[in-house]
Amino acid sequence: MLLDYSSSFHYVLALLPEVVISVGGMLVLIMGVVRKRERGHTAELGWISLAVLAVAAVANGWLYSGVSEAGATAMFALDGFRLFANWVFLIGAAFSIVISLAYVDRQRLQAGEYYSLILFATIGMMVMAAARDLMVIFLGLELMSIAVYALVGFNRRDRRSAEAGLKYFLLGAFASGFLLFGIALVYGATGSANIHAIAVAVQDGAAPAALMVPGVALLAIGLAFKVAVVPFHMWTPDVYEGAPTPVTAFMAAAVKAAAFAAFLRVFVVGLDGVYNQWWSILWWLAAITMVAGNVIALVQSSVKRMLAYSSIAHGGYLLVALVSANDTAAAALLFYLLIYTVMNIGAFAIVISVGNQSEENMSIESYTGFGWRKPVMGVFMTIFLLSLAGFPGTAGFIAKYNLLLGAAESRLWVLSVILVLTTVVSYWYYLRVAWYMWMKEAPEEAAAGGPGHALTPFATHVVLFVSVGLILLGGIFPGALLEMAADSVAGLRDFMAGPVAGN
Amino acid sequence: MTSFVASIPGLYEDWILHALVWLPVAGLVHVLTTSPERSKVIAFRWSGLVFLLSLGLWWAFDPGNGGFAFESSVPWIEAWGVNYSLGIDGISVFMVILTTLTTPIAILGSFNYIRKRRKAFYALMLLLQMGVTGVFLATDIFLFYVFFELTLVPMYFIVGIWGGERRIYAAVKFFLYTAVGSLLMLVAILYMYFSSGVDSFSYEAFLNAELTMREQLWLFAAFALAFGIKVPIFPLHTWLPDAHVEAPTPGSVILASLLLKMGTYGFLRFLLPFFPGASQHPTVVTVMLVLGVAGIIYAAWVAAVQPDAKKLVAYTSVAHMGFVMIGVFALTVNGLQGGLVVMISHGVSTGALFLLLGMMYERRHTRLIDDFGGIGRVAPLFATAFVITALASIGLPGTSGFIGEFLALIGTFETHAVVAIIAATGVIFAAYYMLPMVQRVLFNELDKEENRTFADLSRREMWVLGPLVALMIWIGVQPAPILERMEPSVQVVLERVEEGAMAAAAEGAVEDGQLADASGRAGPPSTSGPVDGLNAAPATAPAPARTTVPTPGGED
Repeated sequence: MLLDYSSSFHYVLALLPEVVISVGGMLVLIMGVVRKRERGHTAELGWISLAVLAVAAVANGWLYSGVSEAGATAMFALDGFRLFANWVFLIGAAFSIVISLAYVDRQRLQAGEYYSLILFATIGMMVMAAARDLMVIFLGLELMSIAVYALVGFNRRDRRSAEAGLKYFLLGAFASGFLLFGIALVYGATGSANIHAIAVAVQDGAAPAALMVPGVALLAIGLAFKVAVVPFHMWTPDVYEGAPTPVTAFMAAAVKAAAFAAFLRVFVVGLDGVYNQWWSILWWLAAITMVAGNVIALVQSSVKRMLAYSSIAHGGYLLVALVSANDTAAAALLFYLLIYTVMNIGAFAIVISVGNQSEENMSIESYTGFGWRKPVMGVFMTIFLLSLAGFPGTAGFIAKYNLLLGAAESRLWVLSVILVLTTVVSYWYYLRVAWYMWMKEAPEEAAAGGPGHALTPFATHVVLFVSVGLILLGGIFPGALLEMAADSVAGLRDFMAGPVAGN
Repeated sequence: MTSFVASIPGLYEDWILHALVWLPVAGLVHVLTTSPERSKVIAFRWSGLVFLLSLGLWWAFDPGNGGFAFESSVPWIEAWGVNYSLGIDGISVFMVILTTLTTPIAILGSFNYIRKRRKAFYALMLLLQMGVTGVFLATDIFLFYVFFELTLVPMYFIVGIWGGERRIYAAVKFFLYTAVGSLLMLVAILYMYFSSGVDSFSYEAFLNAELTMREQLWLFAAFALAFGIKVPIFPLHTWLPDAHVEAPTPGSVILASLLLKMGTYGFLRFLLPFFPGASQHPTVVTVMLVLGVAGIIYAAWVAAVQPDAKKLVAYTSVAHMGFVMIGVFALTVNGLQGGLVVMISHGVSTGALFLLLGMMYERRHTRLIDDFGGIGRVAPLFATAFVITALASIGLPGTSGFIGEFLALIGTFETHAVVAIIAATGVIFAAYYMLPMVQRVLFNELDKEENRTFADLSRREMWVLGPLVALMIWIGVQPAPILERMEPSVQVVLERVEEGAMAAAAEGAVEDGQLADASGRAGPPSTSGPVDGLNAAPATAPAPARTTVPTPGGED
């Protein structure tokens, strides 16, 4: 089906997943207010949210299966890149909701608001991935961020959660300012906020460098804040540690994915013409992020905080794809985001279970002997860790390899070497969890059912099985997924051939 | 027998390689679904079945012209040109048989040693076997890399869970050391993938990659680091004593017999043929030979003063691998064949030594040489096996060790006489560290009360050691069947090196001069910190060439 926007209904169709989630999010919010909040009955709101996501997934699938748009300049893209990224957000949101079900109930969080905020944040992400206009990116970013600020500080009874919320809000607002300023300067330089118009302008050399250079730098800073790239990562560990753990999982996976999707479209598509201006900035950001993220993660004694720093390191790997700036790297970025979302939320699902659906047992000592007490979950956690480390046989390896392939295509050998060497560093802290789980003997009281007990509801088990299945599938038979990612970015960067209408 | 196996070629050669890789996985599943008590027998049966199947290779494999036989290939990741392709030649056939033989023996040898978490242990052993077999059979570089890395995980857990006091330290050290090398090799593999100009990771495509001398040297360095750590070559060996000493007996056996061979195999299979120019580069050859000799001498001296018998044997591995390295980099038929025979012989004899030490430990819960003495009087069978194994390890004529070291030394003498002479002293040192150990353990006075009840070999232990001892003697007396099977493949490697060296010779003379400044620009654009670098990077480095056309030098 071809959407040419001749009737306004076409707009609804093009935005169908977003529309579905918007309506569903409102519904969940209202139901949360209307219905009595009783402990033990909050999960149904979560299930409704999941149903909403499922309907959105159907809509996304319909768009993905051959709906196309006329032209390629609309504010909202209807391309494979957006729709593939939507899969990532939908999976990220759905998994986060499932691993929240018991947590929200036990922590007596306001379920209606909680689930609807996740849904609203998801819409923001989708908008960011779809945006072909800097203002729309900003809109999506704010929609996502404001929902996530609230989610981070959601546990009112927990001081650390409140602190994290405030910290994230202040720094996030600051970063938004940078981004907005950058948008203004780029608009001033190119006369448009449309990414394609910008691309054409910079390609022609029409944009004055005096406006372009600071504009690009500020855009990079604003987005770097959101993807938590060193040295703009200062908020990350505290926020990730203070936020309720399911929210941390959601942020580390889906929020990061959305910011990277926008980052890619702005820089690799919109600012491709001034690649020489920004590649070295991102080159250094990538290098520093990989090194710092991995090195600091080495010394963390809390698993939650370790995963927070490791997510910074993964941000560094993903930046390599941006520096590579070719189709292979764009597909690699999408593939990596999908796999990273799955494996990271999988790891967090186990962290939440070990934490008894609360903020307990976050230290690595809690994992002593865990593998032998819960063999299946121990094996799963080991697989997640190996995948996060990028070990062959898991999807994490294929994803990382894909990034390297993109970097190699752009002859970024030094960056590739930094990537693999910092990967070795990451082995240490991922393996450390594994050795606590399997190689250390459990103290007596843990063996007797003390803190070593892991509360794992059935729904979490489902997420774990699906995640492990996807990771092994992606690690052993990645062909179909790789092709899907490669197809999704087809045409993303070669819009130059067509005329740029509008504006 | 030959005609019988050959009469069913359409059957045997079609499935055997795949069976060797995947039957252990079937065994793994079976082990996991059975009871802990049964798991050891089940694991032994599966690995025994694999061994029996692999025996057919001895007859069915025809060395032919030295190329790969039994090749089969299935597309795996088509987007990248990765195939699941297996093949076997005169170099790998012995490594495969060594693998299939060692695994059931190691499993049988661990029946009493491993008492806790048995299911997990035997499952990991079978996973390890699958990985090692895959390494030796893969003819696709990507597949090889996956198997190469895959072996790390089971070994990490075997050392870390069932090891001694410092097991975690040893396991992590082993893992990280090996990973540094192999990940850099991954980048080198990618570089070659783009240089080959073909969207394929097949062995042939990589052979045809056109590389300048400078590229060859860099790539050689990356591959040599990966394999050199695994071997281990002299200054990179420090993980090995730790891992060997802390590993449980079967872990040590597999580590010594098989995992080290993955490194030397890598040199033969990939390094020499891929980078013939670099392999013949005088500096490279000198460095490798010196490191090989240094390993032989150094390890011998260090071994001589070890109070712990297991650590002593661990250092002998470093010495033996030194012989392999000088044999390989002698670049003669004798040298390469000698290196290969040392690999086999070391696998058999050192594996047996670790098994014997494990039996000593099971009986006395110590491995300190001083705690023993006069064992030969109470356990004559044990002493016999111990002496034969020790002599094979030293390289006494009539044992497998002699054939390998002798050939390696002859081969080295042909091209580098001085190196061969110095290395030959290593054989003397081998006697110097091994024989006193044998004497202090087996002979001397039976002055410790605990040693009077030292039980002799049980029937199971005889089955464990018997095949290995027989092999040591058989190879020592009758090496011809082995040598003639490996010779064509060794020839192929050497021809490839000579051809490539000639092609690179002219260009190498030109490139040599540029090498010095190339190494100066190896690091990131600037090391002066992020802020400086932000400004410095564009100035010192041209923008990356964002095309698929290979431009040597990269963006640094």
